[in-house]
Amino acid sequence: MAHLESVKPTSAPAGGPPGDPVVAMDDISISFGAVRALDGVSVRLYPGEVHALMGENGAGKSTLIKALTGVYGIDSGTVTVEGRQVRLASPSAAQEAGISTVYQEVNLCTNLTVAENMMLGREPRFLGAINTRAMNRRARATLDRLGLDVDPASTLGDHPIAVQQLVAIARAVDVDAKVLILDEPTSSLDADEVEKLFTVMRRLRAAGVAIVFVSHFLDQIFEITDRMTILRNGRLVGERMTADLTQLELVQLMIGRELEVLEKLERELDAEDAGPASSEPVLRAVGLGRKGSLLATDLEVRPGEVVGLAGLLGSGRTELARLLFGADTSDTGTLEVSGRRTRLRAPRQAIDRKVAFLSENRRSEGVIGDLSVADNMLLALQATRGWLRPIPSATRRRLVDEYIEALDIRPADPDALMRNLSGGNQQKVLLARWLITEPDLLILDEPTRGIDVGAKAQIQQLVADLARRGLGVVFISAELEEVLRLSDRVVTMRDRRKIDERSNVDVAVGDVLEIIAGDARAEEVGARA
Amino acid sequence: MRSASSRVLSSTLLWPLLVLLGLLVVNVAANPGFIEVRVQDGRLFGSLVDIVRNGAPVLLIALGMTLVIATRGIDLSVGAVAAIGGAVACVHMVSAPDESALGTAIVACGLALATCVALGLWNGFLVSVLGIQPIIATLVLLVAGRGLAMLVTDGQITTVNNESFRTIGVGFVLGLPVAALVAWAVFALTALLVRRTALGMLVEAVGINPEASRLAGVRAVTIRWTVYVFSGFCAGLAGLMIAANTSAADANNAGLWIELDAILAVVIGGTSLAGGRFSLAGTFVGALLITTLAATIPNIGIPSETNYLFKAVVVIVVCLLQSPKARAVLRRRRTASATPAPPEGPPAGDPAPAGESSAPTLAKAGTR
Repeated sequence: MAHLESVKPTSAPAGGPPGDPVVAMDDISISFGAVRALDGVSVRLYPGEVHALMGENGAGKSTLIKALTGVYGIDSGTVTVEGRQVRLASPSAAQEAGISTVYQEVNLCTNLTVAENMMLGREPRFLGAINTRAMNRRARATLDRLGLDVDPASTLGDHPIAVQQLVAIARAVDVDAKVLILDEPTSSLDADEVEKLFTVMRRLRAAGVAIVFVSHFLDQIFEITDRMTILRNGRLVGERMTADLTQLELVQLMIGRELEVLEKLERELDAEDAGPASSEPVLRAVGLGRKGSLLATDLEVRPGEVVGLAGLLGSGRTELARLLFGADTSDTGTLEVSGRRTRLRAPRQAIDRKVAFLSENRRSEGVIGDLSVADNMLLALQATRGWLRPIPSATRRRLVDEYIEALDIRPADPDALMRNLSGGNQQKVLLARWLITEPDLLILDEPTRGIDVGAKAQIQQLVADLARRGLGVVFISAELEEVLRLSDRVVTMRDRRKIDERSNVDVAVGDVLEIIAGDARAEEVGARA
Repeated sequence: MRSASSRVLSSTLLWPLLVLLGLLVVNVAANPGFIEVRVQDGRLFGSLVDIVRNGAPVLLIALGMTLVIATRGIDLSVGAVAAIGGAVACVHMVSAPDESALGTAIVACGLALATCVALGLWNGFLVSVLGIQPIIATLVLLVAGRGLAMLVTDGQITTVNNESFRTIGVGFVLGLPVAALVAWAVFALTALLVRRTALGMLVEAVGINPEASRLAGVRAVTIRWTVYVFSGFCAGLAGLMIAANTSAADANNAGLWIELDAILAVVIGGTSLAGGRFSLAGTFVGALLITTLAATIPNIGIPSETNYLFKAVVVIVVCLLQSPKARAVLRRRRTASATPAPPEGPPAGDPAPAGESSAPTLAKAGTR
């Protein structure tokens, strides 16, 4: 876990920060019913600084952001903006105070143009009608200022998510935000796109904007932030200069004991003898492909084996997973599940053959927000039983209680609404949904994305345990360390096809990076890993 | 105890029930005989009995509509389908060798229901297989359905002479109106089926997140298709009641606007048009409220030219009472009169902060 202390901005002062904070939140407390979401937390944001908000899921980061953006009212404490005490009673009040937010899921209108999105509600007008030319000109000026080469007249939905996110930031900049909150902006970006985002962030920082940056990627935190506030369980752990901390120290501040779990896991997994018994594969794909998303690809997974899929976003790793599960239908190739030739036209057919698939899009393709935790857990099992055979309530209770305990799901309330759970806990519920169906093959697409280190360690541990019990696992992650830690075999994808496959014996992150990037880009990407 | 009382207060069923009660009180005040129920010739008589009897078609259609709406859909064709059902039944009876026989009535009803189920299959096919938006898909039959009914009846009001058939609309069993008994039985059976099996949960899952449900193995297409078929069946049954009520099939007017009453009943009952969680009990109360409202208008002597206005006002009041935002404003008004008024702002805890952030500025741009 050695890490770079090299590229560190020098603008960060050593002792105290210069001048007065643009926003100071003092002694903030917020409760939801009996739950204390925030307990006396203070945060100071300085102009021209990138400030990280660190903590596990459920530590209070989201609550704090929502208090700052006027979504939640605060129970006690004060908010000071530029020396004046204010009451942020609504999102519009927060916006008028100069606080803008860009969320993880971009909240823009994909059917409007880039300029229309940036100027929404503030369009330049001529005789009451929107002056499109002036609007595009102004949008262009703002985009130029951020160094973004995007046509203001193009439709937003035609751009990749990364560009949409940058447009959302440009929109915030156009309203002259003093504080810009970026909530998990990098979770769906690849390395190049992250770099582009960071360039924009550096420009804004130089222009004196205070940026709040929330991310689960520790590397990124250390690359871009100057200062951080660390929360745990709704309480303030401390405020630190990024330069004064190592990654290890930061993780310890965030989670304390869970780190030991992660290290122990690593030791255990290393100690294990590599490679499962050579038995009949649980899944065999030959020449599996789909027009426009995946070129013909072979893949075999044996019982008790974890096959890691490495590759950048769009390399075909998710596309392959979806074909294996029947989420999309293949045009070419054949698929055998447990020795039987099958053609999957719908997920249901895969599930009936004991294949399970955890989608990378937790919210849109996994969570049923308005149903309870119990219903969410039992959905797949119930679907395979058909609606006429409801799960008996005793079995229901037993399964749900068992998995809530086994996966340490919080709150441990089967009747809680799914949408009120934190991301990590939702992910565990979705994992439970599949484990309850007792699959032979588990396809996990980014199971640890956007969740905290503690939950991450738990999920990795679980995957290792499941494989030991004889499950075949396909494990996809953008984090190579994770893929290498868990996998028996590593399959590398690029440009919609498999380009490499090797046993995971002494494979290093750098090796895989080289394969992914070819020689040309290996150094560039490797420098970031 | 406090939490119990606040739970009752925030229940979506409370306000429709109170409004229903209020309507009854108004009716009794205007006409004390309203509440009277007499026993005569072994059957019950009175305005309340009429309400229950006349409300049967709306209740049935609202039942089907609830499940359709729970899957994020809507079925606008139910009124037209009801008219077709009545037309098919009446035309069959008129052309049958023995018009007044019980067997004829049974075959006629069977034919009518089969036709309506087929129409439901059509709607469901358009929505679930072809992926056409429900409002458009069912608009087809809303528009064309009455034409079909006209074709069936040759544009005539077809009157039939069959006592057994008439019983569905105006008959009494055990002192109670047959129409209401049939509607309640179907309602109770459906409620049982939906909540005792996993159907309700799967319908809700599909309505809340169709893609996630599909990936979890739920046969979303089948479920969506089924609810439209069921809605067609309910509409057909309602159509039979409407036709039997007058012993005639009127292609133009049978079940006219009943889809709107049914949708109102569902919404008043607390099921969101956005799909997802649904409440059959709520729909029951909603349907009762809509029918009582219809009976109130003549009873308290509201001039007929303002009866739509009156209906609109009551419906708006119910919707306002149910809206969390409107309730929050009311509550603030109440506390504001006791303590100094806090600055105005939308209620806290609202979802979609980014949507909100652009809304106020939009409003400003619009009003300047």
